[in-house]
Amino acid sequence: MWGGGTSLEQFLTANDTPMANNPLSPHLQVYRPQLTSILSITHRITGVFLALGTVMILYWLVAAASGPAAYAEAQRCLGALPTQVVLFGWTFAFFYHLANGIRHLLWDTGWGFDLDTAYKTGYAAIAAAIVLTLLTWACVLAQGGQA
Amino acid sequence: MANFSLPKNSTIGQGKAYDHAPGAKRTRTFSMYRWDPDSGENPRVDHYRIDLDKCGPMVLDAIIYIKNEIDPTVTFRRSCREGICGSCAMNIDGTNTLACTKAIEDIDGDVRIYPLPHMSVLKDLVPDLTHFYAQYASIKPWLQSQTPAPPDKERLQSVEEREKLDGLYECILCACCSTSCPSYWWNSERYLGPAILLQAYRWLVDSRDEATGERLDELEDPFRLYRCHTIMNCAKTCPKGLNPAKAIAEIKKMMVARTL
Repeated sequence: MWGGGTSLEQFLTANDTPMANNPLSPHLQVYRPQLTSILSITHRITGVFLALGTVMILYWLVAAASGPAAYAEAQRCLGALPTQVVLFGWTFAFFYHLANGIRHLLWDTGWGFDLDTAYKTGYAAIAAAIVLTLLTWACVLAQGGQA
Repeated sequence: MANFSLPKNSTIGQGKAYDHAPGAKRTRTFSMYRWDPDSGENPRVDHYRIDLDKCGPMVLDAIIYIKNEIDPTVTFRRSCREGICGSCAMNIDGTNTLACTKAIEDIDGDVRIYPLPHMSVLKDLVPDLTHFYAQYASIKPWLQSQTPAPPDKERLQSVEEREKLDGLYECILCACCSTSCPSYWWNSERYLGPAILLQAYRWLVDSRDEATGERLDELEDPFRLYRCHTIMNCAKTCPKGLNPAKAIAEIKKMMVARTL
């Protein structure tokens, strides 16, 4: 159809009229946030946050391998209140990314696209992330207060 | 590349307010995106307060009423007024839908109306769909077959084969889904978007079509197909109740299945 040595991209752009002065219609500015899009962007943000979190784990492991003094310093840093708050957020990010990741795996099998089902699994992912985060921290606090 | 803010020429200013319903009992204000290519000005939002007892029940009725009674320069597409042509697709109350099948009373407060999101605007509520249609043409949306048709009858399908097209053939290409998709917003140059991919799947599962392999080859691309991240705004917004996300997932499954 677009043959004759033209690539698909060339074909697509050849049909575009350049209209530099025409405005772009509003998108993020007007589109109503909804569960579908919010959970999706949260999945991405928690993914980035988790990647940053691995740097913290790396620091802790390097400190542990470097000797008692470095390890004690790391324990002091990670046990400080601000770090604990970040760790709490990191725990939530971990469980949310895990739960929503399972959602993505199910989607990859072709299951769960029905809107009703997608909303149910979406709420389930949020609930699971909250419950697992609180459970984890309850265990941590019960065992002495430091992560 | 993704640009989350509007370009300088696209930021929206405050327009005029018309009160066309003084003393009326049932009124509603319609806030409409306006852009006139001849004015040299940025887009604006005009507000029209109208008497609901004087116009029909749908958002399209209100827009037509406004054009007829208040401001004849209001520009929009419409044709069938019954949800089958797809012309009046626009962003109403924050989601994309057909103005003709969206009831005014289903909307709380002022009715905010914008063109389909992240599109080049030709005038007011009319977006440029050239690229969208070129993308549609690119998937070769017709039956491709090497086998000649039977001389004495049509190419028949079993009931089961025909059922596979349910939920696909109803698509009217209104572009509501594609323009609700953030992936399409950021990558519409190369990502085909939910509407076109649903159409692609419609031919992939047609038992009479014999170009399945070639069709999949054309879609096997990091952008054309795989920019779908299962956000599902498409299925949420489709005014015909179809599920493009599901169709795209089925294409992805076919991609894997043919390598096994």
